[in-house]
Amino acid sequence: MEKRTDKNSYTILFAIGMVFIVGSILAFAASALKPNIDENKRLEKQQNILYAMGVNENEPGSVAMISADKVAAEFSKYIVKQLVIQGKEVKVDGKAYLIDIKKEQAAAKDASYVRKLPLFLGKKEGTIFYIVPIRGKGLWDAIWAYVSMDENMVVQGIFMDHKGETPGLGANINKRFFMDDFIGENMLDASNQFKGIAVSKGNADPTNIDKNDNEVDAIAGATITGDGVAAMIRSELKVYSSYFIHLKNN
Amino acid sequence: MGLFKDSNLVTDPLTDTNPVTIQVLGICSALAITAELEASIVMAIAVLFVLGAGNVVISLMRNIIPSKIRIIVQLIVVAALVIIVDLVLKAFAYQLSKTLSVFVGLIITNCIIMGRFEAFALANKPWRSFLDGIGNALGYGVILVIVGFFRELLGSGTLLGFKVLGDPIEKTGAYAYGYENNGFMLLAPMALITLGIIIWVQRSKNEALIEEN
Repeated sequence: MEKRTDKNSYTILFAIGMVFIVGSILAFAASALKPNIDENKRLEKQQNILYAMGVNENEPGSVAMISADKVAAEFSKYIVKQLVIQGKEVKVDGKAYLIDIKKEQAAAKDASYVRKLPLFLGKKEGTIFYIVPIRGKGLWDAIWAYVSMDENMVVQGIFMDHKGETPGLGANINKRFFMDDFIGENMLDASNQFKGIAVSKGNADPTNIDKNDNEVDAIAGATITGDGVAAMIRSELKVYSSYFIHLKNN
Repeated sequence: MGLFKDSNLVTDPLTDTNPVTIQVLGICSALAITAELEASIVMAIAVLFVLGAGNVVISLMRNIIPSKIRIIVQLIVVAALVIIVDLVLKAFAYQLSKTLSVFVGLIITNCIIMGRFEAFALANKPWRSFLDGIGNALGYGVILVIVGFFRELLGSGTLLGFKVLGDPIEKTGAYAYGYENNGFMLLAPMALITLGIIIWVQRSKNEALIEEN
């Protein structure tokens, strides 16, 4: 006798029922948890921006953000101005940190759209930091970073993260040994033109003493992630370079 | 006795029916994430949870799953489980979820999970299936940790991030005597060779495991 579960009609009904039930559970979980998740992401952005300008709870070797319950107060204390650069226009906008870089990048593919570029001005102990959020592609998925620079585009701090790079290899771009190499590196070359920072293999400067060579030491086994970091810095920070040139000339 | 009569379901996969070295399942993730010991341990724990829970769910559903579409049903169950856990972690333990999120894709596609659903949970009761899941996940985890230990030690000279062999740039510790890290250990091919050596050692100790030609 044919088993009940072998019938075509049963199979189809089962498939429809399963899709319906699992779909509902996932949709319910996603929408019920969305407010919490969004709030966590918003706080994380603030934490990352502050991290880049050196407001963090780092101990040697570890990456420690300022704690989530303190971050809102610290953010309004240290971030003195949030700007949105759109073409030649520069506006102050207290919600600039909520601009979705991914959506702006996608919209900018249409040549008629002028991209909104967020820029945060932080002030700590009298020093001004210019913090720029950037986003690019690694080996498997998105990578992003918050770069804080002085007015000459010399890196003061950086926080980098990724969505799905290989654990143990590319995923290490968010570790101190890699991120801290960028500190002090100059985005401009000797003739003050924008050059970016390359992530290079076999460079002759593994301890990163030369800060004007526009390169940092790569992670072994993570070539494509490293190239992605370099490409992200080159293309995304270049769009800000005219602002910095303007800043210098005034 | 009672609860313990099935203890071989947990202990066998650690050695004689090990999912990685004997059944040669889960190789993809064993090669991909064992460059560091820490990643190996995290992955082992994540698979332990997913395989234990997944085996129970599939076992409970074993009498109603149509055989024609059973593979896809298994895939949906494991994917849904992993996504729900990921969402809950993102909402309530954000930092932890960031550490684990890179493993999510690797867990769903781990062939040990599908293999145990198919080979065991579909034909056994929930408790036995749970034990089988835990056993196989531990067997997988043991191999992952062994491979991760040697790859991180010989490739980076560190263990869990601590510089156990000294500093390769400052030339301290073992590096002062001319020792060098083997960068090749960080790449996937050496994981395969390490795994091969483990299989070799295991089979030479237990000749019953050697197949006849």
